[in-house]
Amino acid sequence: MIDIQANLPALIVVIPLLGGVMATFTGRGVLPWAWASLVTGATFALTLRMMATLLQSGAPYISYELGNWPRWWGIEYRVDLLNAFILLVVAGVGFITTLYARESVGDEIPKDRHNVFYAVWILAITGLLGITITGDAFNVYVLLEISSLTVYALIAMGKDRDRRALTASLRYLILGSVGASFILLGIGYLMMVTGTLNMEDMHNQLMRLANLDTNRTVLVAFAFLLVGLSLKMALYPLHMWLPKAYTYAPSAVSALLAATATKVGVYMAFRFLFGIFGVGFSFYAMPSHLILLAMASLGIVFSSLAAIRQHNAKTLLAYSSVGQIGYIVAGFSLANPDGVAGSIVHIFNHAVTKGGMFLALGAIAYRVGGTEIADLRGLARRMPLTCGALALGGLGLIGFPLTAGFVSKWYLVKGAFGADMWGLAVVVLFGSLLALVYVWKLIEAMFFGEPTGRTAEAKEAPLSMLIPIWILVGLSIYFGVDATFTGETATRAAAGLLGGAP
Amino acid sequence: MSELLGIYNYWIYVVLMMIGFYGVIAKKNLIKQAIALGLFQTGIFLFYISMAVVDGGTAPIWTTIGDGSIKALGPYDNPLPHVLILTAIVVSVSVLAVALAIIINIKWKYGTIEYDEIAAMDRASGGGDDD
Repeated sequence: MIDIQANLPALIVVIPLLGGVMATFTGRGVLPWAWASLVTGATFALTLRMMATLLQSGAPYISYELGNWPRWWGIEYRVDLLNAFILLVVAGVGFITTLYARESVGDEIPKDRHNVFYAVWILAITGLLGITITGDAFNVYVLLEISSLTVYALIAMGKDRDRRALTASLRYLILGSVGASFILLGIGYLMMVTGTLNMEDMHNQLMRLANLDTNRTVLVAFAFLLVGLSLKMALYPLHMWLPKAYTYAPSAVSALLAATATKVGVYMAFRFLFGIFGVGFSFYAMPSHLILLAMASLGIVFSSLAAIRQHNAKTLLAYSSVGQIGYIVAGFSLANPDGVAGSIVHIFNHAVTKGGMFLALGAIAYRVGGTEIADLRGLARRMPLTCGALALGGLGLIGFPLTAGFVSKWYLVKGAFGADMWGLAVVVLFGSLLALVYVWKLIEAMFFGEPTGRTAEAKEAPLSMLIPIWILVGLSIYFGVDATFTGETATRAAAGLLGGAP
Repeated sequence: MSELLGIYNYWIYVVLMMIGFYGVIAKKNLIKQAIALGLFQTGIFLFYISMAVVDGGTAPIWTTIGDGSIKALGPYDNPLPHVLILTAIVVSVSVLAVALAIIINIKWKYGTIEYDEIAAMDRASGGGDDD
């Protein structure tokens, strides 16, 4: 019998890895979906238990050496408060979107491909969980490619509804591979200097270098990693792959990606910038905080402006995602406790808010057949619960008080003033105004338009879709009213990050 | 000068990678883009292999010598990057496979693999969203 408690960190990755491969053999019908729900549900339960174990133990982190190889030779999985939190977000959103996927995927993907779809779907979640849990730099690259390859395939599966899914997926594949290759190069250069792949050892070796700030190999590693990570987390102006990929992907896939994929990219940036290079190098010796802040601010403004111009609600939300990544990046590049905590809180808040909104759009696509804003006109009369969820999520994007978005922006603005960056506070407020404009576009269409054509015949979404939508949107409201758990976790995780050790 | 020539492996890696990078950006044929991507990643393999080299090193073979103890045959190259790059080669092959699978589907749905023609068809079909 396997000792679940002792092997918890490994099981979080191993169970979906095996479950994903086995999903290929589940045949047709409802079985692939049921299997996927079971596997992602079990994984979510494990991450919950992981979080509980960590909180109970009171230790700063739990280390797990795969195959009992000492961590400097083998691969170490290390769970601290930060990645336990991110694991919870990824596995939780993964589970809820899987529950939702049945009707939506049944509608959008041909029946004979469901087993393959869910296999790839579970493997994508596996990759994201693996990146988050591992303490080994090369392992990050391998799992990054697992999650990326599966995501390319998931996006391409939108081809039966719109062939542009294929070009969107190929574009993401090429840019994503270039980004991942840069990360691989950066890890290689780091290994040349430190002779190790373990993140903690890397950090210790780097700190031992007398000429860290001028060592050319370290500088090259830093540059490659910064560009590669920015591509992966879709930081403006390296976001060009994102809007089309989210627009043409199957609805459930858009929700999963928007909620988790770029967030895990941000998590990698945490690990590399704060954990391996250390705050002193990343944000004081190097001017990266200025570069990141500038890119983030430009991203907030320009992608919100781009969102306002869109005719398709999905593309609108995709551009809004690029802007929200801007908030997250701006938060951690302040490198002060409030900023970093805001960044971590916003990872969670944006995951539930945007995940819920993409799910609601999926329900609309299921009933109406499209997500053009013209299709949304007057839809609130036909699908009040779905539209209500979309509107509430929209308020969260604006950062309306009593929504989760407000909490993150509060932290961000506090952090900006703490760092004497009042300019950023202005950008955050201006970004919220722009968000108001594009969210209003949706609300106006849904609540004040006249339904025509297919919209007029639409029925309310089925319960199997409404429940997941409202779980996510409900969470975004709940953690807006009572942000004790998220706020405290993020503050403690931020203190850990700024403390230095990975 | 000898310093520059002594690290010629690294020069080759950078040149290979940049040829690939140029191809990814400049080529309009999707297959050529995929090949260029492969070249780009191959350059990185060379980089990893080059950094494992030890002066006068051989293969990392440990064997029993006269008195029964186990020793290496001599100084040997670092085997770890070789192992890592085996993994990366597998990844690169998979990326190429997924890319080709998508390109085949593009050929089926669009009837062409020229990026310009595909973009023109997308614009014609009313995808009004801009980049």
